[in-house]
Amino acid sequence: MSRIETIISELSSISNNPRKAMEDYKKETGKGAVGVMPYYAPEEIIHAAGLLPVGIWGGQKSISKARAYLPPFACSIMQSVMEMQLEGVYDNLEAILFPVPCDTLKCLSQKWKGTSPVIVFTHPQNRKLEAANKFLAEEYRLVREKLERILDVKISDEALHKSIDIYNENRKVMREFTDIAAAYPQIIDPIKRHAIIKARSFMEKSKHTAMVKELNSELKSLPVEDFTGKRVVLTGIMAEPNEVLEILKENGFAVVADDLAQESRQFRNDVPLGTDPLYRLAKWWQEFDGCSLATDAKKSRGPMLIDTVKASKADAVVVCMMKFCDPEEFDYPIYYRQLEEAGIKSLFIEIDLETTSFEQTKTRVQSFSEML
Amino acid sequence: MTDTTNMSAKELLGFYQEELYEEARRAKKEGKLVCWSASVAPSEFCVAMDIAMIYPETHAAGIGARKGALDVLEVADEKGYNVDTCSYARVNMGYMELLKQEALTGKTPEKLEKSPAARIPLPDLVITCNNICNTLLKWYENLAVELNIPLIIIDVPFNHTMPIPQYSKDYIAEQFKNAISQLEEICGRKFDYDKFLKVQEQTQRSVAQWNRIASLSSHKPSPLNGFDLFNYMALIVCARSRDYAEITFKKFADELEENLKNGIFAFKGNEQKRVTWEGIAVWPHLGHTFKGLKNLGNIMTGSAYPGLWNLSYTPGDMSSMAEAYTRIYINTCLDNKVKVLSDIISGGKCDGVIYHQNRSCKLMSFLNVETADILQKQNHLPYVSFDGDQTDPRNFAPAQFDTRIQALDEMMKQNKEGVSNE
Repeated sequence: MSRIETIISELSSISNNPRKAMEDYKKETGKGAVGVMPYYAPEEIIHAAGLLPVGIWGGQKSISKARAYLPPFACSIMQSVMEMQLEGVYDNLEAILFPVPCDTLKCLSQKWKGTSPVIVFTHPQNRKLEAANKFLAEEYRLVREKLERILDVKISDEALHKSIDIYNENRKVMREFTDIAAAYPQIIDPIKRHAIIKARSFMEKSKHTAMVKELNSELKSLPVEDFTGKRVVLTGIMAEPNEVLEILKENGFAVVADDLAQESRQFRNDVPLGTDPLYRLAKWWQEFDGCSLATDAKKSRGPMLIDTVKASKADAVVVCMMKFCDPEEFDYPIYYRQLEEAGIKSLFIEIDLETTSFEQTKTRVQSFSEML
Repeated sequence: MTDTTNMSAKELLGFYQEELYEEARRAKKEGKLVCWSASVAPSEFCVAMDIAMIYPETHAAGIGARKGALDVLEVADEKGYNVDTCSYARVNMGYMELLKQEALTGKTPEKLEKSPAARIPLPDLVITCNNICNTLLKWYENLAVELNIPLIIIDVPFNHTMPIPQYSKDYIAEQFKNAISQLEEICGRKFDYDKFLKVQEQTQRSVAQWNRIASLSSHKPSPLNGFDLFNYMALIVCARSRDYAEITFKKFADELEENLKNGIFAFKGNEQKRVTWEGIAVWPHLGHTFKGLKNLGNIMTGSAYPGLWNLSYTPGDMSSMAEAYTRIYINTCLDNKVKVLSDIISGGKCDGVIYHQNRSCKLMSFLNVETADILQKQNHLPYVSFDGDQTDPRNFAPAQFDTRIQALDEMMKQNKEGVSNE
């Protein structure tokens, strides 16, 4: 097995088995993990406490117990998270960090069915004002206090600055990775790309950075080969389950960039410099744009997508629409029109973590491929 | 000017609603500014600057109630709005699209011509506030970008912990200042702080009369039919910063007090049980839901929804105004939400609760199971829920509603008999 294959296989197995990643971390450090609900929680605070931040992204499963607590029109990812709460999947987490940037998450933050303590905080939405930074820094101060109390640790400013540096380094390496991966679609297919990125949700970030760094340099040493398939940019919350990516792969699609909440949106901006670490983390949210969950009077998602398509020389955009995610559903008509006006084709596929039948997606992807 | 002195409250309600739309149309013709606003966004700033106001949620509810929703919903569908999103938003985006087509082509689209709702002018600016949902952020982002007009945002962060911290009120108050400078730029003149104070005082007088009406449902039997609040709500939304609301509500409260004095009750002698309605009305089926309950002798005497506009604060104090706009019960943690609803149920001396699982409103639906469960443990009152939608008529099944309220009626009966047998 080449070094590239070994790294990819290690990251894929972490991405497929977060529980084991947690257990390994515990064995190695003696410390536990804190769950991180979507979207955009300041993981750095958990990292600075020495615990493992673990992303909670639900999973492919059929919904039965959650039906008693959520009507069918709740988004697919939260249906699956609720189902897993009820199964006790998250009960070995020391705490859950819970942001509430949409109405569904506001409600879900008030009805956690697991046993771990939940720490809720609110992102401000009038984000471009300085007052928003101050508000969010205060929210983060409370998050820090609550974590300190629950975990019985002290989280110093110094440790926070250090964790921010580690995260920024990871963000930089991940941006490099997505650029490099676009040049090697024969090696980094959509499934591997996703697994390499997703692994960062379950790993101590400096470890992830080291592995991806090595992967980047191994990849760069290889010659770039011609790619005859189609190059696409993914946009949405996430592109799971893997069957969806499998269909893209089968039809000769390469993911050359993404605008997914689970992937690039998390690392396309660095946490800015500054003296107060919590203020720095708050300011990240102000500078972050192009996501349905971050209010934007200028609605820059469409123009940003167009720039991404141009920069990555993509042939089209694939809209990965999380079922019943209203923030994403509201963005769609606007950026769809903007993409059309820019002459960029897009394909709409529904993301449903419960489904096991992908025939419709298959047909849509096939006919889209013929259209391009 | 029309003489309103001898009008009944009901006549005043109709008169001022039409008057507000007429004022907006006139303002547009005269080249003055028109603003579209979220229903619980602070109205005080724009009114102080003499901007004509239109409230899309009320307008959408009106279209729904007049059975005109499907036509405009279709337009939104064609624009790519998913049928799973809020039907108020879809009705309004569809309607906006028709207005835009008319403005661009000079021809009135057939669906606009046929629409049973009041004609409204396109806005020159929009103002939104997320105290009743984050959907209002997304919806207004879209309005602003589709029409290329300024957007004023008042963000009131979800109160996951009560009481509301000072730093949250400070953030909101800073946004008020920002809204003022945005308005100064849009209007091209200085903000009128003297008028602003008067508008705040007016708002408080309107709110006081609104609360006076709501409190009358505590009488048993009740002189107030709670469904009437759904109708009068139009003015607490659209005119709370004007005297139109105060005049109408005062008249209505006076009428109800007079009735009470004379022993005239909403259901005459037929009030048998009293219910709380949790959630927004089902506008396209308002008659069905009301009659269904009335035929069983069930009067609605509790609803937390009208309380969204209980915006009491101290005029001149921005922090107090910030608190009023952020403490809306659906913008607070479950504990507080339950407390508010519990007071509504006991205030209305209710025998049961109806929860509207509203396809359009995730925020007002996803905590219903927990809310109902906690309240039931506290007050031992029966409850039911039904599936509905505020303005999309397709998401409501009359038969399901009927079955559920019959079940509730049975349970309330048993409960009452149980108590009397003890």
